[in-house]
Amino acid sequence: MGTRHKLLLLDDDVDLLDMYRQLLSQLPSQPEIYTASSGPRAMAMLEAERFRLLICDLKMPKMDGLQVLSIVRRKHPELRTVALTSVADEQFRSRAYALGVDLFWYKPATEQEIKMFLECLESLLGRESDNGFRGVQSKSLVDIIQLECISQSSSTLRITNGGHTGKIWIQDGEVIDAEAGDLVGEPAFQRILSWRAGGFESLPAEPSRERTILKSYNGLLLETAQAIDEKRAVNGEGTTPPVSSTVPQLSQIEGIEFVLAMKPGQEGPPMARGLENPQRMAEWSRQTFDRFRALSDRIHAGPLEQFEGTGPQRNISLTTHGDTEFCLGWKHSMTVEEVREMTKKILTLWAS
Amino acid sequence: MDREGTVLVRTLPSSYPMELVQEIGAQMIAAFREASEAQLPLSEIVVNYSSLRITARELRGGVIVFLAAKAHSTE
Repeated sequence: MGTRHKLLLLDDDVDLLDMYRQLLSQLPSQPEIYTASSGPRAMAMLEAERFRLLICDLKMPKMDGLQVLSIVRRKHPELRTVALTSVADEQFRSRAYALGVDLFWYKPATEQEIKMFLECLESLLGRESDNGFRGVQSKSLVDIIQLECISQSSSTLRITNGGHTGKIWIQDGEVIDAEAGDLVGEPAFQRILSWRAGGFESLPAEPSRERTILKSYNGLLLETAQAIDEKRAVNGEGTTPPVSSTVPQLSQIEGIEFVLAMKPGQEGPPMARGLENPQRMAEWSRQTFDRFRALSDRIHAGPLEQFEGTGPQRNISLTTHGDTEFCLGWKHSMTVEEVREMTKKILTLWAS
Repeated sequence: MDREGTVLVRTLPSSYPMELVQEIGAQMIAAFREASEAQLPLSEIVVNYSSLRITARELRGGVIVFLAAKAHSTE
């Protein structure tokens, strides 16, 4: 009681640091305010001392705020974090929340904004910790699992759904075990993913946890999504889109992350597996098909056969078979040639 | 091409219409942008037509685009 919390403010603009230091000195709980003007410096300070709150600018040279937050999230899970930016970009917001920040704020400019900002900080400083772990906002459980796995993280997710609690253990980017009530392993994982709402907490990894789930996280998520869809269909629940019986088969192909099949003029949701928002992907696919068909008309390159894209998160192929258009998502580790080959395999399977 | 679609360097024959070169580049730049907006950031795009393959790589300041004619099968 009476302990002053330590607050670390990170911004590459030294003038702003001074200004914010003065501003934060108005906080009722009178935290000890420390400043750092670079990511590495902040990391060193966090290693050396125990801080309660980190306020981090997002746009910084060399190590940017998102990089800092991503490291901090893993190394100092008890630390509350605030992302601060002057750049009005929704991508920053979603990426910051995906990293588990407690607050995302545009740099306050008006007196009213400053007042609200300080109130939020005071609330964060004062909020009692629950074993030092916090929830993740605005993201689905599948998002969180994918994020942890893509970044090759190790952690334990504790998920609550009303009176139910489940745990998922992730080690080096793979889901190794799950527990929900009296279930363990894959059945527990399926049970947890079938919960439609709840809260998340990220706990430290447990490297000694015995591995009971041997499938890759992609395969596991796809199979689980399929099992949940089937269960809901049997129960007559919700508005599960009609899914071609072939699409689930295609989604079992090695390396594939999602399958989307569309018919021209098709009404209602597209046939899809492994996608949380198939409608958005379908729109992008149609837009891209249209764009490159129109280009071919201009440059007389002949019919569009296939589109392939490689990226840091996943690779994509767009292709057609008969009047069906496909958008296929592939692991980012695959080469363009592998994507091309596997896309052929998908078309062969579809045709058969 | 830079991000605004200006052709900076090209090795295509001068007989190839400049407006088509710009059109191809503009479509590739737009495709990168739209993919990113759809939460699908891409660093390389390959568009396969029956007689042409267009490969575009995103660079820090723009894109580099390769055009390769496809050999036709005589079967």
